[in-house]
Amino acid sequence: MAIVTYRDALNQALREEMQRDADVFLMGEEVGVYQGAYKVSRGLLDEFGPMRVVDTPITELGFAGVGVGAAMAGLRPVIEFMTWNFALLAIDQLVNSAAKMRYMSGGQVGVPAVFRGPGGSALQLASQHSQAFESYYAHIPGLKVVMPATPADAKGLLKSAIRDDDPIVFIEGEMLYNTKGEVPEGEHVVPLGLADVKRSGGDVTIVCHSKTVSLALKAADELAGEGIEAEVVDLRTVRPLDSETILSSVARTHRCVVAEEGWPFAGIGAQVVDTVQREVFDELDAPVFRVTGADVPMPYNKHLERAAKVDAGKIVAAVNQVLYRERDE
Amino acid sequence: MSTKVVMEALSPTMEEGRLVEWKKQEGEAVAVGDVLAEVETDKAVMELVARAGGTLLKQVVQAGTTVPVSELVAVIGEPGEKVEGPAGPPADREAPGKKAAARTQPAESQATQPTPDRNRPTSMPPASPAGPAADTNGQPAPASRPPPPAAPSGGRVKASPLARRMAAERGIDIATLPGSGPEGRVVARDVEESRPTAAKAGPAAPATAVRVPAGQPYQDVPLSQIRKTIARRLAQSIGPIPTFYLTTEVDMERAREAREGLLAAGGEKVSFNDIILKAVALALRRHPECNAWWQDDHIRYWNEVHVSMAVAIDEGLITPVIRHTDLKSLREISAESRDLAGRARERKLAPEEYTGGTFSVSNLGMLDIDEFTAVINPPEAGILAVGRMAERPVAHEGAVAIRRRMRLTMSCDHRVIDGATGARFLQTLKGMLENPLAMVY
Repeated sequence: MAIVTYRDALNQALREEMQRDADVFLMGEEVGVYQGAYKVSRGLLDEFGPMRVVDTPITELGFAGVGVGAAMAGLRPVIEFMTWNFALLAIDQLVNSAAKMRYMSGGQVGVPAVFRGPGGSALQLASQHSQAFESYYAHIPGLKVVMPATPADAKGLLKSAIRDDDPIVFIEGEMLYNTKGEVPEGEHVVPLGLADVKRSGGDVTIVCHSKTVSLALKAADELAGEGIEAEVVDLRTVRPLDSETILSSVARTHRCVVAEEGWPFAGIGAQVVDTVQREVFDELDAPVFRVTGADVPMPYNKHLERAAKVDAGKIVAAVNQVLYRERDE
Repeated sequence: MSTKVVMEALSPTMEEGRLVEWKKQEGEAVAVGDVLAEVETDKAVMELVARAGGTLLKQVVQAGTTVPVSELVAVIGEPGEKVEGPAGPPADREAPGKKAAARTQPAESQATQPTPDRNRPTSMPPASPAGPAADTNGQPAPASRPPPPAAPSGGRVKASPLARRMAAERGIDIATLPGSGPEGRVVARDVEESRPTAAKAGPAAPATAVRVPAGQPYQDVPLSQIRKTIARRLAQSIGPIPTFYLTTEVDMERAREAREGLLAAGGEKVSFNDIILKAVALALRRHPECNAWWQDDHIRYWNEVHVSMAVAIDEGLITPVIRHTDLKSLREISAESRDLAGRARERKLAPEEYTGGTFSVSNLGMLDIDEFTAVINPPEAGILAVGRMAERPVAHEGAVAIRRRMRLTMSCDHRVIDGATGARFLQTLKGMLENPLAMVY
């Protein structure tokens, strides 16, 4: 298998889908001439021309609306937001148009559009540019929320998202673009709605997605040194949530920690906890613990920022809690 | 700082205790290990011991009151210290149903220790003189880390859902387990660690020094497929413990001669039952497949022989255990069985003295029963029911003779013991009783 960066894996997915289906087109700020703020769309303008790789003004609400309209008219737009922080301006199009259209038209009109771009924090981008908004979109019936953690999943899931007949919120990791991993050669499609066990273990289940997957794997390595085998479940698709994979894992390990980059209140982890406590109550040996970003606007100060973000150490601490490893506390 | 004294769980199944008599009065000095009161549990009358020293400031309940486990019964502290306790007239607190006292006041230092775990009796003797929260001067130590309470105030046991399920599956009363989680929560590992039931129990009361051979006290053998099938099918057929019965009649003439010979030689009197206990223990040693516990997913074959003997008491029956029965002399067995039976009738047995047996013997011969079937005492796999010894006409050496005969009926858990296995054990036992020299062979 080829070793590919996350950004190039996304680029492959876009290219392959645009080659496969002439209805697929890319639109957003700086996607064409500049080849994408994160270079995800490198080479696409040259290959597909300005009719299918469309640079837009800085008008998130506007071009998101154009995307919804194009999808209603039968095309398969991929709308790039430079980051999901900027997409707050477009949320009306996603919530009130894209998500509702199939329902309100009595099933006559769908919106097969993909809205994609990086989410979450990077480094010292401060409060307004360091936000994880997946729970906003996962809240909305009618939207699917996809968040790949690895290059292989990035490629496979983006291809599935483009082929899906409903609107997809596809949130990439800004800090993941440069990460490398094996990506299967040729056609590689990962179905939506399936979590993936990124590491097997019998002592505790760590549910995570996107950037927290690598943190959970790091935590699992550390724990393995202490004889604790953690199972790392990567949600991959936040909505629909793959309860089956989560529950079968927790039923085996009896302990669960949910990690996410976003804020704690009404977060993705809260939804996971709800499912776990209800469905496998009798399997639980400890309350489910969550690891989240701190419940504050992201500080700009480097040390404060580090303190506010999820890291492997915080995941290890939560695992120790659910395993009652600190007997003396 | 005052220390609260709560009703301790003094037996594995105790949920409440009746405070029979106060041994210390209000204002009296109390040292760690002093007996504060006598408490009647569901099994015996036992001693409630001070875990901290000082002065008994307050008897919260009157003698005769029945108190749920972990409820406040007394307060120990400095002389003259104000009792931080329940306000209101004492009558309010004496009624056993009123639980407000311990509920509303989180104890700043718990004067109890975790419930004696029936499975590790020796590690936690209920009358241990040194409480965990006291220093050598008998002063309450700063309660930096109070031991987890056995059962939280109000009688509700904090336990994880998994621990509850595991305990239910294993037939363990969750209230008897000390919780190692936050605030004494019973978690899965506490149930798991409680599994080697009585495995670590040492020899009981009459402290005869028994030479216990080194090595594992038992061997756990996973269930083979055929054992699993036998267990499942037979349990479907006749109940959770598929029991079958084997009866044999034993000629007791030579056992009687041996017993009289011992007496004539100036020995202490031994009963036929003592001889039977000894023979059972030695026969078990030769047939370890009958000296076993059914453990749901495996069978525990004991390398040690601890014979339980059923003793009728006024309220029912109890089965004190003679530890290492096979290693003890007839004289030791005789002395110990007399002592255990006596204290059983007075309900003075400690929990570790009536748990942890590997095989039981029940004798109704003295009540003129010819033969009977006894009910297995789980997890043990067998029990021997001993009928009366009676003179009967039997064919003996080609003629009809009057001989002393006795019928033995063994109840076997078919999941552990098969027909032929139990029969071979009985054959050995019969051989030993009919020819007592075989015991030392």
